[in-house]
Amino acid sequence: MKAKDRRLAELKAAIPEVTPVEAEALRTQGAALIDVREPDEVAQGSPVGAERIVRGFLELRVEDSLPDSRRTVLVMCAGGVRSLFAAEGLKRLGYADVRSVAGGFNRWKADGLPTEVPASLDAAARERYGRHLLMPEVGEKGQLALLKSRVLLIGAGGLGCPVAIYLAAAGVGTLGIVDDDVVDRSNLQRQILHTDKGVGTPKVDSAREALLRLNPSVDVKPFRTRLTSSNVEEIFSGFDVIVDGSDNFATRYLVNDACVKLGLPNVHGSIFRFEGQVTVFWPRRPAGRGPCYRCLYPEPPPPELAPSCAEAGVLGVLPGVIGVLEAIETVKLILGLGEPLVGRLLHYDALRQRFTELKLQPDPHCRYCVEGQAFPGYVDYQQFCSARTEVPPSAVTIAAPVAH
Amino acid sequence: MTTTGPSLSQVIVRIPTPLRSFTEGADEVALAAGTAGAALKALGQRHEGLLARVLDAADQVRPFVNIYVGQQDIRTLQGLETPLRNGDILSIIPAVAGGAATAAASEVAP
Repeated sequence: MKAKDRRLAELKAAIPEVTPVEAEALRTQGAALIDVREPDEVAQGSPVGAERIVRGFLELRVEDSLPDSRRTVLVMCAGGVRSLFAAEGLKRLGYADVRSVAGGFNRWKADGLPTEVPASLDAAARERYGRHLLMPEVGEKGQLALLKSRVLLIGAGGLGCPVAIYLAAAGVGTLGIVDDDVVDRSNLQRQILHTDKGVGTPKVDSAREALLRLNPSVDVKPFRTRLTSSNVEEIFSGFDVIVDGSDNFATRYLVNDACVKLGLPNVHGSIFRFEGQVTVFWPRRPAGRGPCYRCLYPEPPPPELAPSCAEAGVLGVLPGVIGVLEAIETVKLILGLGEPLVGRLLHYDALRQRFTELKLQPDPHCRYCVEGQAFPGYVDYQQFCSARTEVPPSAVTIAAPVAH
Repeated sequence: MTTTGPSLSQVIVRIPTPLRSFTEGADEVALAAGTAGAALKALGQRHEGLLARVLDAADQVRPFVNIYVGQQDIRTLQGLETPLRNGDILSIIPAVAGGAATAAASEVAP
């Protein structure tokens, strides 16, 4: 008898075996099914609902998918031999109930049990996203989720540029960019996707070119248009997350209203000179209602109290800080990781180098986002944001009493 | 400001950039007040023109400005009547539209 056969006989005596039909029944009752075959074998098909952990890394990675050592574990390979060795390894790790699927995937298929061809990363993607794959919180599953995700950036300006470049690098599969502007030389102090050579060209084209240079596999969808009530739903409908880096209140309220109506998370960043604000508006968050932009600010400031970027100026590096925070929130939403900035406003003061977290509550009377009420409709946003304040600032005295 | 007597607390009001033209550039103002509203009023008396950017003619907080005591929006507390304790920090946070536009500024600091 060969040493291999002697060892197999020992394993057969020690590891209980189940048929594929029994394994599938156990799986539907809550057992974990682990396919330990090599990636090229799995790429041809694998049981629906199986965890796929290659034999060579099994002991090192299994706890990330299977933290509970009391859960029944069913191990499968192609024919039922490698799975015996793998099962023994899991028993040694402390898993209490480990069984090997007799006949493996070949018999699983022959028995007509459900299979799927799992999405997987090719060699180039494995190399590019290697540092993500090393982290159990991301891993292949997370990277595939990023590659499948569709993120729409409102504006390719100070905020949109750093958001876009990091999301493209991270492997977000589809990046939409809405902007109707052309690159101006005065943008280059902060809008890092654009270059001196690109002055005068549409920002969406300049941005697309830069993003594809970084990561040619990203599908960059340019929308060279102004967002309006009539095109907003059509543009938003193909996306999972909206990132607002717009530069005017009319667009901010329109983005909010459309996100509320469509149930999309709205990653919000805004900047002024040395200060920035970041939050995530997501009233229909599955884990619980968060506020919308209108809960926070029911009305925009009148234009005479709201100078434009060109008038007020902004520190060129500031949108980098705020935009990167928006990009982090976006990636967290896609991966379902951590605690998003829902119901919290992160305020940044660059001069003090200080972050302050402020709590935001949904407005129980919000006309737009209270659950169960009909969407009140889009408004004329230009008019909504150009209403004059009731008291001209210059005419206001300070004598008025405060609270009563 | 002589009526609030023993309930006066020493607090700090954080001034957002757009309103620093009224505070000679100061980003914080220390003052004594018993409530959030009284703190704003004291701030307004010290720095002419500032209060109108925060409160409307009916003395309500403008809808594009929020006032926080610590981390809490005063709308979720007792509004302008929210009592203050020694060491409280009041933050005035105006709406800011991306690129730079903002709530409470028509003149920006020099």
